[in-house]
Amino acid sequence: MLNPSDRKYSKKHEWCRVEGEIAVVGITDFAQHTLTDIVFVELPEVGKQAEAGKQLCVVESVKSVSDVFSPVGGEVVEVNKELEQNPGKLNESPFETWIAKIKMSNPQEIDSLISAEEYGEFVKGLE
Amino acid sequence: MKLVFEKGMNLSEVEVIRHYTWLSRRNFGVDLGFYPLGSCTMKYNPKVNEEMAKLEGFSLIHPLQPESTVQGALQLMFELEKMLCEICGFERFSLQPAAGAHGELTGMMIIQAYFKKKGEKRTKILVPDSAHGTNPASVSMCGFEAVEVKSDSEGNIDLDDLKKKMEKDVAGIMSTNPNTLGLFDSNIEQVCEIVHGKGGLVYGDGANMNAMLGICRPKELGIDVMHLNLHKTFSTPHGGGGPGGGPLGVVKKLVEFLPGPLVEKEKEKYKFGEVGGSSVGKVRSFYGNFGVMVKAFTYLKAIGAPGCREVAEIAVLNANYLKEKLKGHFKLPFDRVCQHEFVLSDEGLPNGVTTNDVAKRLIDYGFHPPTVYFPLIVKGAIMIEPTETESKETLDRFAEAMIKIRKEAEENPEIVRGAPHSMPVKRLDAVKAAREPDLRWRKH
Repeated sequence: MLNPSDRKYSKKHEWCRVEGEIAVVGITDFAQHTLTDIVFVELPEVGKQAEAGKQLCVVESVKSVSDVFSPVGGEVVEVNKELEQNPGKLNESPFETWIAKIKMSNPQEIDSLISAEEYGEFVKGLE
Repeated sequence: MKLVFEKGMNLSEVEVIRHYTWLSRRNFGVDLGFYPLGSCTMKYNPKVNEEMAKLEGFSLIHPLQPESTVQGALQLMFELEKMLCEICGFERFSLQPAAGAHGELTGMMIIQAYFKKKGEKRTKILVPDSAHGTNPASVSMCGFEAVEVKSDSEGNIDLDDLKKKMEKDVAGIMSTNPNTLGLFDSNIEQVCEIVHGKGGLVYGDGANMNAMLGICRPKELGIDVMHLNLHKTFSTPHGGGGPGGGPLGVVKKLVEFLPGPLVEKEKEKYKFGEVGGSSVGKVRSFYGNFGVMVKAFTYLKAIGAPGCREVAEIAVLNANYLKEKLKGHFKLPFDRVCQHEFVLSDEGLPNGVTTNDVAKRLIDYGFHPPTVYFPLIVKGAIMIEPTETESKETLDRFAEAMIKIRKEAEENPEIVRGAPHSMPVKRLDAVKAAREPDLRWRKH
C-alpha cells in the first residue's frame, strides 16, 4: 500500500496529518501488517498530555501488545471511539482510520517527522 | 463417551468416570508426549515428587500450627533454601513468591527498598529487548519506568547501548542468562560491571536456569537478586498442574529487604525468624506454596549435586542436537552454540507458510508446538526447548516431523496452512476469539 503524501511519518510507524493546529494520528500500513490482526485498541483519554516520542496508546494483536507513540506533543482532544467496537479497521484501512486528534503544543515538532517518500525508503530498509 | 449433563439426571459411577476419562484423553501433557515449549522448561515431573508431597506429615499440617509440631516441614524449607543458595551462590532465599513473575515483582520491590534506604532517587530499570514480557511488566507494576536496551548482532546485550542508558536515575537492569534466544550472554560480566559501576543492581531472571544448573553460579557472574522457577528447573508441575514456586535469592547486602519470615536453625531446632523493619513485607499468605517446595526438595535430593550438573549438560546437548538437525531446513538467525533452547525463524518458508502453520501442523504429528512468535526480535520465532528428560529417539522423531513439514510447505502447502487436521477442533479463529471473547459457559 502506498504511503499517502498528504501527511508526515515517524520512524516508529505512526502517520500524522496536520489540520490547522490539530494533528490527526494513526498507524501506517507497515505497522498494521507487522502487528497482524489487531484485536483491541486501548485509546488514550481525552485531555491526556501527549509527549512527542512517548506512549500515546496501546494496540493489541493476536501476536503481541504494542505501544503507539505520539509523533507530536499536545493535548488529546478527540479519540476514534469506533475502534473500541471495531479495532480491525486499523488493518482494513490504516491510512483512513485515525486513532487520536492532538492539539499541538509545539507545531514545529512536525518538521522532525519524515515525508512519505523518506518513510517508504526507511521501511524498505527494514524488510 | 461424552455426556451432556441435564438437571436432575441420574448417572451411574461408570458413566461419570467414562465422561471424565473421555475428557482427559483430549488433553495433552508432558506425560503424553514431547512438549518443547521454549523458555518454559517442560521437563518431566517425576511421580516420586507427588508421593512425597502427599505424605501426611506434609499434606495434613496447618500453617498456624505451633513450630514445635512442624519441625520436619521447617527443616525441609530450611534445607531447600540452603540448596538453592548453594546452586546460585546467594546468601539467602525467600521461598514466598508463588511464581516467576511474582519473584520478579518481589525483586523489584527489594531494589526499590534498597535505594529508598540509601536515600537515592532512581526511577528506571533497564530491560533488554529480548526479555520475557513479564520483565517490563514487573518493572512497571512496581512503579519504575522500563527502558529498553538493544541486543547486539551476536544476540548479547549491546554494551554501547547499555553504557548510554545506564544513567544516574537507573536503579538497575533485568537480565536473563541464558537469554531468550537460548544464548549465553557472554557480555554478562561487563554488563554487571557497567551497572554496578553506576551504583545500580543487577536482577537475574532465573527462568532459564536449567542450562546453568551445577555449572555456573549467578552470583559469581555479578547478579545481585534473582528468582528461580521451581516449576521449570526443579521439576514441579507447570501451569494448570501447578501451583508454581518462584523463590527469590539475594546477595548479602539485600538480605534485610527479603520478605519474611525466613526459617532459622537454632540449637537443632527450626523456627521462623524475626522480620526486620527493612523487609518489603509478606508477598504471599503464610509461607508460599509449601507442596511445591516438597517436590523441588525431593527432586534435588534425588539427583544430588552431580545430577544437577548432568541435567544442565544434557539439556544443552539435547538442544544443540536438535538445532544442528534443523538448521539446514529452517533459518537459524543466531548460529552459535546454544544453551538449553534455540530459536528458528519462519523467514524463507515457501508458499506463505508461517510459524503459526508449522506449529499447528506439529499437532498432527503428535507434538506440542514450541513457543512461537517469541522472542520478538526474531521474525516468526520458533523457540524450541527439548529439556534433558527426552530421549534421542524422541528428538529424532521431532526433527523428522519438522523436516517433513518443511517439505510439505514446499510441495503441499495447503495441508500445512489448514492444520491441524487430526484434532477434535480444527484451526481456531484466534482473531475472532480475541475480538469477540465468549467467556461464559452455557449449554449449547
